[in-house]
Amino acid sequence: MNAMTESGLLPAWNDPVHDAQATFRTVLKALAEPGLSHTLPVAVTAPTPLSLSSAALLLTLADLETSVWLAPVLNTLQVCEWLRFHCGCRLVADKADAQFAVISMPEPDLRLETFAQGCMEYPDQSATLLVQVPSFTAGPARVLSGPGIPATRLLHVAGLPPDFHQQWQENFVSFPRGVDMVFCCGDAMIGLPRTTRIQSEQPECM
Amino acid sequence: MATMLAEEYDFSLTQHGDEHVIKNSFSDALIFCMKQANTQEERARWMSLLAKAPNATLTHAVRNYGTLPSFVWLRRPETGLAMVRARTGGSGTQFNLGEMSVTRCALRLNSGEMGVSYISGRNIKHAEWAAVFDALMQSEHADRVADIILAPIGQALAERQAQITVRAEEARVDFLTMVRGENV
Repeated sequence: MNAMTESGLLPAWNDPVHDAQATFRTVLKALAEPGLSHTLPVAVTAPTPLSLSSAALLLTLADLETSVWLAPVLNTLQVCEWLRFHCGCRLVADKADAQFAVISMPEPDLRLETFAQGCMEYPDQSATLLVQVPSFTAGPARVLSGPGIPATRLLHVAGLPPDFHQQWQENFVSFPRGVDMVFCCGDAMIGLPRTTRIQSEQPECM
Repeated sequence: MATMLAEEYDFSLTQHGDEHVIKNSFSDALIFCMKQANTQEERARWMSLLAKAPNATLTHAVRNYGTLPSFVWLRRPETGLAMVRARTGGSGTQFNLGEMSVTRCALRLNSGEMGVSYISGRNIKHAEWAAVFDALMQSEHADRVADIILAPIGQALAERQAQITVRAEEARVDFLTMVRGENV
């Protein structure tokens, strides 16, 4: 009826400052304790197909100085408008330019090396991948070790490509370069920073 | 006299107290909200009236309007600083005139219209009302809003402008040179 009506735009936080602070604290914990699932402490409205936790992370981490790449399946008009309105971030077409990339699994051609890796002088210029996965209980058991893990810890993330172990190995050896990952499922998240080694991978045992 | 350039407003990232940081640039947000507007100029006119409304006039008009519709916040009112840029003499070099506090918000009426407001100062209620009436001006209540809200605001602003003009007139000095007869 009216061209000015943009009824599709969804709200985001109830309390932008404190909700973003609480979410920042959560992702900090998630990356400090790789492999442990952390639940979002706040309520957020997210446009489909963004998951609650990836939407909250974008609201927290992306702003007008940040470049974000969306996987084609997530790159809908509603998501783009929501991000532009609430984050004001730059949406880039080339994944190599992105500081944050949002990916939804299953994604057949996930190649970690196609994202920004940073350089030896500035390893912080690498990308952080927010990866939406279907489950934190199904999937093969991966044995993690490294900083933030007392001995070893089991990671269950479903929907990753079959050669993920190999890809992560390459990402691990290129340290200090390489990407960091945060897996998002519903309102939960699991951090996988580049310092974490995946020691072994057992096939899914049901 | 300095001329302000509307398109040069840019929100800086200053946070004071509990006030929220305004992250988007002013022009981006406006363009986003209005990109589909086929009556852009008209909307800009009423948004400007609502934003400049004197507090007393607006409060009185809102009381006359009666019950306001319910809405959901898309962006709760947040106050930040905008850098006002100007040109010397209106056409000279650009400079930063100074910062002003700006409050903005965005909401959506339950009937679907989206309202946006940017006002100077930190009156949160003013920002909320301006956004509600911006949304209502896009609905079938537009005529009623124009009569009850916009008309008195326009009148109050015109009266204030007239007073300023009168005072300026009183202080005007006309310089003239007496004819001294050299050219005769």
